[in-house]
Amino acid sequence: MIDLEAARYRWHPVASSTDLVPRHVFQAQLLGREMALWRADDGNVNAWENRCLHRGVRLSIGINDGRELVCQYHGWRYANRTAGCTYIPAHPADAPARTICNNTYPAVEKHGLIWSGEKPDGQIPSLDVLDTTSITPLRGVTINVPLENIALPLIDYYSSGQRGASGDSVVHYGADTPDPFLLILHAHGHLHTSANAQAVDTPTPDIAFFFQPLDAARTAVRGVLCGVDEHNIGSAALIALLKQHSFMLCRARDIIESGHRDKPVPTPWTPYIPKVSDRHASMPPLTSAGQQAKLRVRLSAIENLSPSVKTFRFQALNTQIESAAPSVLPVAQPGAHIDIHLPNGLVRQYSLINGPGQTDHYAIAVKRLDDSTGGSHALHDSLKVGDVLATSVPRNNFTLRRDAEHTHLIAGGIGLTPLLSMARALDHSNLPFTLHHFIATETDAINRAELENMSAAVHWHVGQDVQQTQDTLSALLDAPTEHHHVYICGPGAMLGFTRETAATRGWADESIHFEYFKNPDVVDDSSEFNVELARSGLSLQVPAGKSLLSVLREHNVGVQSSCEQGACGTCRVEVLEGEPDHQDVYLSDTEKAQGNCLMSCVSRARSKRLVLDL
Amino acid sequence: MTQCSDPVALALWHPIAAIEDIPADGKQKTQLLGEVLHYRKMDDTRVSVHHGDRKLPVTLAYGYVWTCLGTPERDLFDLPEYAESDRRNVCAATVGVNVSAPRAVENFLDMGHFPFVHTGILGAEPHTEVREYQVNVDTERDEILATECLFYQPQAAAGSSGGVMSDYIYRVPHPYCAVLYKSCPTDESRLDVIALFLQSVDEENIRAHALVSVIDTQSSDLDIRMFQQNIFSQDKPILENQLPKRLPLDPRAETPIRADKSAIAYRRWLRTKGLQYGVLAAAA
Ligand code: FES
Ligand SMILES: [Fe+2]
Repeated sequence: MIDLEAARYRWHPVASSTDLVPRHVFQAQLLGREMALWRADDGNVNAWENRCLHRGVRLSIGINDGRELVCQYHGWRYANRTAGCTYIPAHPADAPARTICNNTYPAVEKHGLIWSGEKPDGQIPSLDVLDTTSITPLRGVTINVPLENIALPLIDYYSSGQRGASGDSVVHYGADTPDPFLLILHAHGHLHTSANAQAVDTPTPDIAFFFQPLDAARTAVRGVLCGVDEHNIGSAALIALLKQHSFMLCRARDIIESGHRDKPVPTPWTPYIPKVSDRHASMPPLTSAGQQAKLRVRLSAIENLSPSVKTFRFQALNTQIESAAPSVLPVAQPGAHIDIHLPNGLVRQYSLINGPGQTDHYAIAVKRLDDSTGGSHALHDSLKVGDVLATSVPRNNFTLRRDAEHTHLIAGGIGLTPLLSMARALDHSNLPFTLHHFIATETDAINRAELENMSAAVHWHVGQDVQQTQDTLSALLDAPTEHHHVYICGPGAMLGFTRETAATRGWADESIHFEYFKNPDVVDDSSEFNVELARSGLSLQVPAGKSLLSVLREHNVGVQSSCEQGACGTCRVEVLEGEPDHQDVYLSDTEKAQGNCLMSCVSRARSKRLVLDL
Repeated sequence: MTQCSDPVALALWHPIAAIEDIPADGKQKTQLLGEVLHYRKMDDTRVSVHHGDRKLPVTLAYGYVWTCLGTPERDLFDLPEYAESDRRNVCAATVGVNVSAPRAVENFLDMGHFPFVHTGILGAEPHTEVREYQVNVDTERDEILATECLFYQPQAAAGSSGGVMSDYIYRVPHPYCAVLYKSCPTDESRLDVIALFLQSVDEENIRAHALVSVIDTQSSDLDIRMFQQNIFSQDKPILENQLPKRLPLDPRAETPIRADKSAIAYRRWLRTKGLQYGVLAAAA
């Protein structure tokens, strides 16, 4: 019996590199556990628990769309690398909880094989003693015999003098077993059995056989030929070698299996599948507090998109190859933003422009604004590659529904950023959309080449004055269409006009989605009122000049926030009783009229008293 | 084969075959709760079922033969629509599936998979939203009721053409049976009924029997069977790829969303019943 516990801390081969063909999901097995292996279009290899978190369907029957893995049962999408759920089609308006994340295992390619393990903490076996300048993996062979019963009969079989590729020489091997999982066969050249001088040239490479413990009763034998490949021996000789070893391994399998017949069947290994967190066992509640800086990231690249716009790319601090737990950035959905804590103490919100599956970094695009309150200056002028910054995890209060028959994206200037990530997601999934970008001058048309390449119609409206812009928008929103959705981000005046026009033309509030850069209105904080917190049983007084959010914080009531000016929607609180005095630009008019929630950073009370679900 | 020791499952009525499928003479064989049973048609209104030498109780209802390996605690649930004179009652399918009965019940209650599994028939992208619906446990009748279920359907039944918002009501009157009522495409005032009766061959294998009871003068029996068997054939590969095969009752085993309200209620209902056969008990 192998030491099962020790085996959990090793790297094991789980597939051949060539098993992971583009857009395919490969079902692997290791130590009784099933894994879904898939290669994303960016080359990254994913090794995941072969089980959708939702209802347990095998992910190996899912769809690899190149950037995300889509479950067959309810279409949940999981991102390349992080395995974070990015979209739940049954609830198109909600961003999935950021932490709905499938179990992942490390995956590395070496010796032409894919390597993984439950929690590997050592090195992938090296083949230092052999010539590894060129390597050719053999076809993996599954043998219905426990791992510890394979090496000896396999050595016997190979060293009993096997025919060479040309059939007229015999190769002899010397065997070496550094550990129970590896067998090295050193080829000792040929013994000629015919006068044919050609036989001397038949290559006889050394072979390393790795043993993959599939489950208690079965083992995969993964051989690699060392020192040969198509380039140094030519394809005809290589094919002959592969055929020969394939044949030999099948013979060896039959011999090993028949030698093992009548042996008792070992007790199966039952892998432990971690439970989902309590939070996800039911619907997640509102939690924790503040503009939290949870992540540390390193600025890895700055690029000029236009004379005034730069992109900034951030990477997780300690991503390492062969590390058992490569640190990954929490997954973000289209429309999400992060708070960036700038060196000058400011906290600013920026939309992520990442496309689907681009999970190894966060990218933002920032325009240098003269009237900016210091955010864009700090980014443009004082940051350099290599700097370490603190950011929040991504939040999404501007979620992209994917159940529209058509999606209209309308951007004003740098307001393109959240819509760019949406366009990338829609385009990748072949969902129909149109993009309108209103810009002052041609140079503001950032990412133009990429957008022109998308299948959707993209229109640039250059240099329109207020009246022209309003005429264009009015024409766009002319008649409401069922199952169409509009997303708009840009300056406050443009959003205000769009919302009003859409409302008068009869568009349903739920079809118009908007994101403000900031709240254009002046907040009136002169009122005084009482709040009662239904769940914590507290009764608090909010005086003039202080926000509801800051009073809650003073009493240690956790509410998340981000922009703290009524634009982003993060600090939403449910109202059970009383009439809110809405001062935000996040809620739609319908939601405001319903009066069952408010943005605690700016909104107050019209009634003397509010009862909140906190 | 391990014997079933679950008193709850032993006291239930279980379907074993469509009456019309039983040949006029000869002994037939099937399996229920891991036990081999023999049954035979005596005449048009009588069927006998044996477990070894033991004669088992029999109920003939809704087109199927039902039996019980223990002592039945109550009568089989009511399905009054079956007796309405203008309905077409069709035993539409019997399909073997390598999954537990409770997993198959959940699949039957689940609207979220329509666009992905029954593409172009019961659902179609991009119309994937599962709207809020109501779930109640009727304590008097001891059954689960899900109402106000609305879902976009490109072709809801054999007799319909074109997309509609379909209205559903689901009933779970038995741990291994579920009934669906949906707006009838040919008569708005009536409801079509599709009932799923699951035979637990063992804990991880079922035979799924379907009764279709509709107001439809257009479709032939064959049309109705083809429709239902097509639907079953789409669910089968998904169900057979669910891990674990038994339904986990531990709330932390899987991640439910609001669309799964009826499944959450169903799991809770099974927990209170103390049912063990075909489920993985929640850790105490
Ligand atoms: S089981 Fe995977 S999406 Fe539902
Ligand atoms: Fe289904």
